[in-house]
Amino acid sequence: MSRLADTKDVNQKAEGSGFSLLKRQRSRTSASRLLPSAFLLLPAVLFLAVFFLLPLTRILAFSLDASALTAANFRRAFSVLRFTFYQATLSTLLTFLLGLPSAVLFARFDFRGKSLLRALTAIPFMLPTVVVAAGFNALLGPRGLFPFILHLSSFLFPPPSFQFSGTLTAILVAHVFYNTTIVIRIFGNALTNLDPRLEQAARTLGADGLRVWTRVLLPVLRVPLLAAGLLVFLFDFSSFGVVLLLGGPQFSTLEVEIYIQSMQFLNLPMAALLSIIQLLCTLAFSILYTRIVTRSIVPTAPRPSVARRPKTLREKIFVSAFCLLLSAFFIFPIISLPLRSLTRLEADLGQRGEVRYGFTGDYYRELFVNRSGSVFYIPPIEAARNSLGYAAATVALSLALGLPAASALVRPNRAAKLLDSFLLLPLGASAVTLGLGYIITFNKQLPITNYQSLIASPLIIPLAHTVIALPFVIRTLQPALASVPERLRQAAATLGASPLRVWQAVDWPILSRAVLAAATFAFTVSLGEFGAASLLARPDFPTLPVAIARFLSQPGGLNYGQAMAMSTLLMSVTLLGILLIEKARLPGAGEF
Amino acid sequence: MLTLESISKHYEDQPLLDGVSFSVGLGETVCLLGASGSGKSTLLRIVAGLELPEAGRVLWGGADLASTPPHARDFGLVFQDYALFPHLTVFENVAFGLRMRNQPKDAIASRVTEVLGIVNLTGFASRRVTDLSGGEQQRVALARALAPRPRLLMFDEPLGALDRSLKEDLLHELRAILHRTKIPAIYVTHDQEEAFALADRILLLHEGKILRDGTPAEVWNDPQSAWAARFLGVGNVVEGVCQASGSKFQVETNVGAFAIRCKHGHAEGETVALLLRQADAGGTRVRARVEDVVFSRERFKVTLRGGLVVQLTSALKVGEEIEVAFRAECLGHA
Repeated sequence: MSRLADTKDVNQKAEGSGFSLLKRQRSRTSASRLLPSAFLLLPAVLFLAVFFLLPLTRILAFSLDASALTAANFRRAFSVLRFTFYQATLSTLLTFLLGLPSAVLFARFDFRGKSLLRALTAIPFMLPTVVVAAGFNALLGPRGLFPFILHLSSFLFPPPSFQFSGTLTAILVAHVFYNTTIVIRIFGNALTNLDPRLEQAARTLGADGLRVWTRVLLPVLRVPLLAAGLLVFLFDFSSFGVVLLLGGPQFSTLEVEIYIQSMQFLNLPMAALLSIIQLLCTLAFSILYTRIVTRSIVPTAPRPSVARRPKTLREKIFVSAFCLLLSAFFIFPIISLPLRSLTRLEADLGQRGEVRYGFTGDYYRELFVNRSGSVFYIPPIEAARNSLGYAAATVALSLALGLPAASALVRPNRAAKLLDSFLLLPLGASAVTLGLGYIITFNKQLPITNYQSLIASPLIIPLAHTVIALPFVIRTLQPALASVPERLRQAAATLGASPLRVWQAVDWPILSRAVLAAATFAFTVSLGEFGAASLLARPDFPTLPVAIARFLSQPGGLNYGQAMAMSTLLMSVTLLGILLIEKARLPGAGEF
Repeated sequence: MLTLESISKHYEDQPLLDGVSFSVGLGETVCLLGASGSGKSTLLRIVAGLELPEAGRVLWGGADLASTPPHARDFGLVFQDYALFPHLTVFENVAFGLRMRNQPKDAIASRVTEVLGIVNLTGFASRRVTDLSGGEQQRVALARALAPRPRLLMFDEPLGALDRSLKEDLLHELRAILHRTKIPAIYVTHDQEEAFALADRILLLHEGKILRDGTPAEVWNDPQSAWAARFLGVGNVVEGVCQASGSKFQVETNVGAFAIRCKHGHAEGETVALLLRQADAGGTRVRARVEDVVFSRERFKVTLRGGLVVQLTSALKVGEEIEVAFRAECLGHA
């Protein structure tokens, strides 16, 4: 989930100047509001202290235990760290290999379907990791569409050996799929806004096409280039679901190893040690990123260069080739999911005899059936019901905590400003680490409930999801709350409106869109979240992503098909959510 | 040296340049003068090779440049807002063109020092360009264009962003530099003062066509069209009706009747534009009431009834009636 966190951060930087102006304006009234402001922030702060800081300190304590600090643990941690860096570096390089030309394509050229293609490249970024893993599995996995087509054509030529799942390639490709949009957005936007005369000056001074790039454009744009690179690297570094589901058991990044150590080996001290290493790395990257972004000197043009239609033959070839490549790369994995969820390519579990290939609605029907003898003793649709429940609880909780906190932060006093950065802290922590922290912290007997401990109760997942969603909720609500002009309220009051009526008539109409966006955001985050849920979900109360991950690894066409069906449903709901957020977003408020 | 042959270009379906032809000779400074949006900058960019004309040719010494990319043309271009490379120092900016030509290091160093001396920036070599003032940045831009000794220099409103006194200083220096280096130059501007100060030849660009081509004095003394006379502010331009046909006739205007000799040959009743220059002696006398008096640079700009504007040395009162003499020239059919 940290992947969403950091693009937000980029936008925050851009809005920085506006915010400070706002704050100066409000500071006059801040003293008189000290008490209510602290009061409004208190619930959110307390919540994060208990459900974020406490687990983290417990992890730290665990990792400093003698049972964690062994030579064997360090050796293992080092080899995991090395692979994590290795795959992240490779992924970042490949992402730039695709992302840089794509950024040039979108910044420099106009062509039919451009905005559609741009939107398409941005979709993966918002998709749950299980959906992306399932998508690539449906396309290229051993039971996917592409190997099946290869198999069908085997009477023409001997079938080439093809393996995708369980390879490093799969991890890399999925990472490129996820993060290309970051390069397109950050580097592409910088390129679009760059003064076009710099390039023209270089050309009239004798620089050919290559040297225009190496001597002028790339050096001038090194800050956005570095920022995009660091962000992509950070996401690849902390990737969990993709590595676990597509890479298979032989590949372990820090995140995956934390999961394996805590869930399979029950070696919590080792998991804690890895978590601390992960946290320190993330922290270092974040500090580096912040320092880089604040040092930007890109000269922007009053009139940015306009994209134009490709003219020369070389330009035409470049544009059509990349349009084709991008469409194929981004459409196929997404479209494969619904396609594969409706086609039977292999025998259902335990079925003998001829397999009837073809379209089928069985996998969706099967979601509602409780099959005796199946690994699950509840119908899979229960997982969807659980997820919806958790998501609803997350929305309720994060709005209940976020609304008062955001309204307090609109008129911050000094204490509130400090707490402001505290409220954003969860952006830096990984979901897997959060899950581990909960396992370590909340395993005690609870006096009030009839569950053995908080960790055993279904409440634990919405709590974790609220920690993840809260920073986004606050950051979505805050600008909207700040955009309500005080003078409108005063005007309404002098016209005879009571405070309640003022809120109804002035605040709510402006705020409702932001609340909708924040709620949808919390909802989709919770629905797709995999890292924390994979550690915290009880076997009899799986979430949708957890169920998908389990079904993906089960043998039999029926299980696989149901994983596809569930992924398709999850993807559709998420896409709907993205659409809703885009529609509800206030112009100028942070984008995701 | 440089020859343009009927260059044409459209912008958003409007003709921007419509068959523009002219040439620039050795050591000559040509000013392309026109209102904003008249296509002057586009013309420069076409010469530089940054844009392609829809029709017409750009020739250098008789050879067509159509297939020569901008980096191989060896033309220097100075931009209005300088377009300095922000990641490079003053030295590196000026050295850029020399490095692109793969010159040896010490040759680059001495040439950069020399050029920085020419533009009065000695000692600025290691400064960051982002720390310089607007005037200093423009000098760096000029030095950068001069350094590789281009065979043609082009200026795209280079002083447009500077304040008045700085502009005059730089204009003076630029004139000296162009005379000394003898590099042929095209200077694009909408400011006639700049054009008159620099140009060996002025080209007036209007509605995609070259309306007038001549030395500053020729253009001023004989603007040849109502638009040119108005744009340059040569004098009052009024319209009137010919009272007879032929080359010698009376023209009746709303400020009076003027006797005209002209070589156009107009029909009786045709509407023509007249240029009325204030005359010290002789000419046609016009009586009119003073409507407005504005002090402007040691003189008074006096607006008379009927819209005529004259420059007078003494202050008048609004409402007074005065008599001013005008020489009238025919500017052709209106």
